[in-house]
Amino acid sequence: MALISVNSLSFAYRDRRVLHGVTFSVDAGEVLGLVGPNGCGKTTLIRCVDGMLSPDGGTVMLDKREIRTMHRREVARAMAYVPQSAGNRTGATVFETVLMGRRPYLNWTVNRTDEEKVIAALDLLDLGDLALRNVAELSGGERQRVMIARALVQETGVILLDEPTSNLDVCHQMGVMEVLRGLAGEKGLAVVIALHDLNLAATYCHRLMVMKAGAVYGYGAPEEVLTEEMLRAVYGIEAVVKRDLSAPYMVPVRPGHLRGGA
Amino acid sequence: MEQHVIIQEGYTRLKKTRALFIGGLLAGLVILIGVAVTLGSAGLTVGESYLAILAGLFPGIFSAPDLATTIVWDFRLHRVLFAVCAGFGLAVAGSVMQGILRNPLASPFTLGIASAAATGASIAIVLGAGVVGGEYLVIGNAFLFSLLAALAIYGMARYRGIGSETMVLAGIALMYLFSAVTSLLQYVGSAEQLQAVVFWMFGSVDKSTWPKLGIVALVLACTIPYLVYRAWDLNALAEGDEMAASLGVPVERSMAVLMMIASLITAVIICFTGTIGFIGLVAPHITRMAIGGDFRTLLPASGLVGALLLLSADSIARSVLAPQILPVGIVTAFLGVPFFIYLFLHRRDA
Repeated sequence: MALISVNSLSFAYRDRRVLHGVTFSVDAGEVLGLVGPNGCGKTTLIRCVDGMLSPDGGTVMLDKREIRTMHRREVARAMAYVPQSAGNRTGATVFETVLMGRRPYLNWTVNRTDEEKVIAALDLLDLGDLALRNVAELSGGERQRVMIARALVQETGVILLDEPTSNLDVCHQMGVMEVLRGLAGEKGLAVVIALHDLNLAATYCHRLMVMKAGAVYGYGAPEEVLTEEMLRAVYGIEAVVKRDLSAPYMVPVRPGHLRGGA
Repeated sequence: MEQHVIIQEGYTRLKKTRALFIGGLLAGLVILIGVAVTLGSAGLTVGESYLAILAGLFPGIFSAPDLATTIVWDFRLHRVLFAVCAGFGLAVAGSVMQGILRNPLASPFTLGIASAAATGASIAIVLGAGVVGGEYLVIGNAFLFSLLAALAIYGMARYRGIGSETMVLAGIALMYLFSAVTSLLQYVGSAEQLQAVVFWMFGSVDKSTWPKLGIVALVLACTIPYLVYRAWDLNALAEGDEMAASLGVPVERSMAVLMMIASLITAVIICFTGTIGFIGLVAPHITRMAIGGDFRTLLPASGLVGALLLLSADSIARSVLAPQILPVGIVTAFLGVPFFIYLFLHRRDA
């Protein structure tokens, strides 16, 4: 069942059209990877889906409800968002930063249940030791995990992430993707991740959506989407796509160096 | 499991620290108020001052010499309480502005609101023009101009698609514009008018009266509980517009409402006091360094820090060269800047 479905979404910044009729849906338990070159509209798409930008055409349905008819707080209980960089509020501890994720449910006071949910999320992302540290003191990778923990305590069915691995080394990239994929399966979440690393995307996402100049170029399982032809057409690069592991992976090639030339 | 207990205890400890900090400030403020009402050139003893307060409150039970009652009630008490309210309000307004604009430099002064008030006051003093006449000519102009500045900043930001950086930039631009207008008025004004403008801009609580205190206290009583009620939204906005929106905060509307309230608080205070700089900038920083950035406690605590700062400054201003009274705006900076720099140099994560 699709937890989120986007239909013919279009958006323009003044007279510059950024999205052209984008359509996709994500089921419970599924991880969808949004890939495409810089400026292809990934971030704009995520912001339109989350309702931060108002699309000029198309619909976003959250669990069969049109997002435009929902109150902001209702949206926040159904869909969480992890931006590229955040958590720089001065003076907040990790615990408090994650606690902010309870905001759509809180009135003014914080009760024991809220605190326990925060602790559970910290545990899950291995942040227990950092709980009482100031967020400003953390490394980029730790901060990224804090933001994911916050999205989790928001207890939404859908999580949108805008390049959550961009500041991380390969070990932490895999750690974060592993957690997201695991959570999608265990909790039946629909996860949409904008990613630059195609190999990471192909390894961890159930489906990939390739965007080119604001439109959907390809949409399907990584095996179908990650092809040499796609890389040429969308990124304008030559690459070899290997299929000898469980997921396809690409190796970029310098122009003119394809046949073992030095 | 053990770690859970440690985290929960840690958070409980943090909450206790904050409660203690606020309690300590409150106690400190009560003591300082007690000391401040005894300060002055009339030569009243501490006992006589308190007896005069009690005699005013419970005339049937206590009695004090008329002179003491007059000095304490007509000259000192409203001034002391006015300093408390003004410091409290300026600090709360500064906290809100810094939070919403996510800019540590945001304050009623860096946003041009205070310069606008000075321009309004100068127009009244030099040109004698204003919307309200009589006693409230200068005050009315200062109030109106500061609100106009806030509206202008908000309008410009709104026109460009509201963003916190736009607001700060617009505020700084306005600050220069209003300063230029004020300078022009000073240039064309007579020597007496120039002196009056300069005096107004020093900032002081000298002109406080019971009715003025009443107006400020009423505005604070109507607005500050609402700001504290919106503390979670402020917490979310302090993380960024996008983050706040995804946490369910209606960003544009909240920013507009909260900015306008902060501007109103500022306007209603500085129209009576003139430019008292620094409190709105420094009190929130001091408080954040001490107890962190949760607006549920940051707002009341920075209000109390602001009240303490302004009342201390005013007490020093009244006693250091007594019977001469220094403008409190000057003392605030003398007192606040070294303290602020000390804190910055000595904080843990510096």
